[in-house]
Amino acid sequence: MNKQDNIQTVRRREPITDTQLLLTITICIFVSMYVLAMLIWGGGFRKPQMLFDMLNDNAFLIIISCGLTIVMITGSIDISVGGVTALVAMVGVMILNGNLGLFNGLIASLGLGEQWRIVFALLMALLIGLAFGLVQGYLIACLQIQPFIITLAGMFFARGMITIISVDPQKAPQELMDILQNRIEIAWLGSPNKKGVMIPARMEIGVIVALAVVFLVYFLLRRTQLGRGFYAVGGNQQSALMLGVNVRKTRFLAHLLCGLLSGIAGFVFMMHTGAGNATNATAAEMNAIASSIIGGTLLTGGVGNVIGTLFGVLTLSTIKSIVTTSGLRDPWWQSITTGAMLCFFIVLQSVVLMRRAKNKEKK
Amino acid sequence: MEQDIVLTMRGICKSFPGVKALNDVDFTLRKGTIHALMGENGAGKSTLIKVLTGIYPMDAGEIRIDGTEGAISIRSPQEAQSYGISTVYQEITLCPNLTVAENMFIGRTRARTVDWKGMEKRAGELLDSLGIPARPRQQLGSCSLAVQQMVAIARAVDTDCKVLILDEPTSSLDDNEVEMLFKLMRDLKARGVGIIFVTHFLEQVYEVSDQITVLRNGELVGQFDVEALPQVKLVELMIGKDIADLAVIKKNAPCETQEVLYEAEGLSSSESRPFDFHIAKGEVNGFTGLLGSGRSESVRAIFGADPVTGGQVRVNGKKVRIQKPLDAMKNGIGYLPEDRKRDGIIADLSVRENIILALQVIKGMNHPFSRAKAEAFADEYIKALEIKTASTETPIKSLSGGNQQKVILARWLLTHPQYLILDEPTRGIDVGTKTEIQKLVLKLAEEGMSVTFISSEIEEMLRTCSRLIVMRDRNIVGELTGGELTQEHVMRTIAGGGN
Repeated sequence: MNKQDNIQTVRRREPITDTQLLLTITICIFVSMYVLAMLIWGGGFRKPQMLFDMLNDNAFLIIISCGLTIVMITGSIDISVGGVTALVAMVGVMILNGNLGLFNGLIASLGLGEQWRIVFALLMALLIGLAFGLVQGYLIACLQIQPFIITLAGMFFARGMITIISVDPQKAPQELMDILQNRIEIAWLGSPNKKGVMIPARMEIGVIVALAVVFLVYFLLRRTQLGRGFYAVGGNQQSALMLGVNVRKTRFLAHLLCGLLSGIAGFVFMMHTGAGNATNATAAEMNAIASSIIGGTLLTGGVGNVIGTLFGVLTLSTIKSIVTTSGLRDPWWQSITTGAMLCFFIVLQSVVLMRRAKNKEKK
Repeated sequence: MEQDIVLTMRGICKSFPGVKALNDVDFTLRKGTIHALMGENGAGKSTLIKVLTGIYPMDAGEIRIDGTEGAISIRSPQEAQSYGISTVYQEITLCPNLTVAENMFIGRTRARTVDWKGMEKRAGELLDSLGIPARPRQQLGSCSLAVQQMVAIARAVDTDCKVLILDEPTSSLDDNEVEMLFKLMRDLKARGVGIIFVTHFLEQVYEVSDQITVLRNGELVGQFDVEALPQVKLVELMIGKDIADLAVIKKNAPCETQEVLYEAEGLSSSESRPFDFHIAKGEVNGFTGLLGSGRSESVRAIFGADPVTGGQVRVNGKKVRIQKPLDAMKNGIGYLPEDRKRDGIIADLSVRENIILALQVIKGMNHPFSRAKAEAFADEYIKALEIKTASTETPIKSLSGGNQQKVILARWLLTHPQYLILDEPTRGIDVGTKTEIQKLVLKLAEEGMSVTFISSEIEEMLRTCSRLIVMRDRNIVGELTGGELTQEHVMRTIAGGGN
């Protein structure tokens, strides 16, 4: 009788998972921070365009972070993503401006128009991303090599390749960039400029791509067996194996996806800047890791959410905007505040999780 | 009769570097029976099961299963599942970060998407029908260990399984839960599932099993019907020694000398309430009580394993401060922890390194022992304690549980402590090694060492200790000596029935 009652009380409580808990924290912090910024600094923060600018500037980072979130959920890491992004951007720009002879010949011999260069750039972006994902995934999943070291090598390799391809900065031709930089104008979210003329809010195509990636990865993580496999592998590799998850394949696919997404991110980066440069996307991998962590992904694996990652990127760029708006224009202030916030987030997360574990023990 | 057989294993061999784990072992499982697989630690039970579930490839032999023509080869747990072989392991092999429902269904379907609603509904029904107190949407890590184990069983039950392997399923369950599990096992048996039941608890074998297969040192001793094999005979087959050996242990005499070695007054730690305690030279005493009564926490306080918060301690009449394990070690106190895997062994280090660790720490890490000296120490104790290992350089993780425990014991004996605390030294260890350890304890006491012994088995405590300290709800509630040391009396004190 008594035991039955016990079961009933246990049943009534709706417990939330660690992932949901961390996601809630992230969203709350982002919203409160943004609202605070609107109240204190007003101006730019009150215009919707501020948010769109953040998205425009960080579309590629959102995509990279999605890939990294996947990899981190499986308990692995990929620090080559920034290098791959930059490499893809460089190759893409050089296909567009015709400085890669191979593609000039290809396009001429096929008798295709100039616009086809964009298609080739996109194909190359996907190809390079997949190639990195494939090799790194194989080495990590099948040969069981430390992911940190493999992807560190991948990062150096990608950065090195950029300089081999071109030492000089490259610029994409304007007519092709005009196609790529078509912006979507949203009139009702516009705001008046100094002369009182309404300027519609502008969003780049890259943002659509980024949001689509977020949605697809969310679906993948939440609704597919593969996605749940990522969580299982990150939670406990040995157990996942025992439960019948193909651990090797799952880890391989995580890295393959991450590589593919950095390829896409590289293309989006190129669409945004139209420039190829050896220092492109510097430290993007670190920003992506930071965003994932702020978004509630644990470096230890098994816990994380891509919606959180999106908010992680936004939180990070909000911090940077706040720092600049409040008059601290020197670049190190951004680093210092970012570092402090990251530290704060991690401490907050572990305190919350620790208290949770303690509560459980008491029961 | 032939149609009854669901699983046949013939001539299974498996070697690891330096050890022949299985040598020509046969095993036959009938439909609708519970078949106990028995043997000491290191007999080859786990290896046989891991071969059957595809974790280890076998070197030779064949496996046949009902419903598939010819011999099958099992290369992974997935393949084993697809043949209808499900396993529930002693250590929980579920993912703590996933929900209960997910843990029950992940890896079982070929579908590419997850049907959350359907999955949670089915999980809920299954949990209800088995009476498991967990919610489908609850994160598994927030359940107690017993419930997690039951979820693992629910998962195994739900797959269309012909062969269910339960590897020490009862070691973390209390009596009620064990009963529930047995009920479940009998249900499954009635449905025609063949169950392989691996356990150390003899009474449980006799309560539910139909047949028993005994392994020893990687070889098959025989397969028997339960009725044909009395308990004494079973133990004899398992340890292959004369059973009389078990009973003949000379008990530690109550101490004549009143020379107190260690004395604590109001000792308390972050985990334990203040208590008084003393032990004389050459005395063997013990802490007893139910799980969670504070017996382990008390000895951890003595050793300084948890932060000490108060109290006075005297060793040999001299006041000392013991704040951390190193202080205790310097005062000649050794502590063999309860959780061997977590607190005891360092899995990847060799037997030699594990043995000299404590002595090295006392000597100081800046003054390492020469290799030759360390090897001499290791060899000496491998011989003295009859530790079964391929060499001094074998990683300790590849030894069986009983031998790992002996290595940890050797680690402390090497420091020649005057006071040794053994917290559950015989847990999860085969009968033979158990007796060896008990004898060793008494021998050490005769040589003048003081020993505090903790064990869940009261019988074992009564055999070795001359004084028992009984704990309940984190307080000492009694101290029993001499004629009071009977099972009934101890039980009554633990339960709080009064005298």
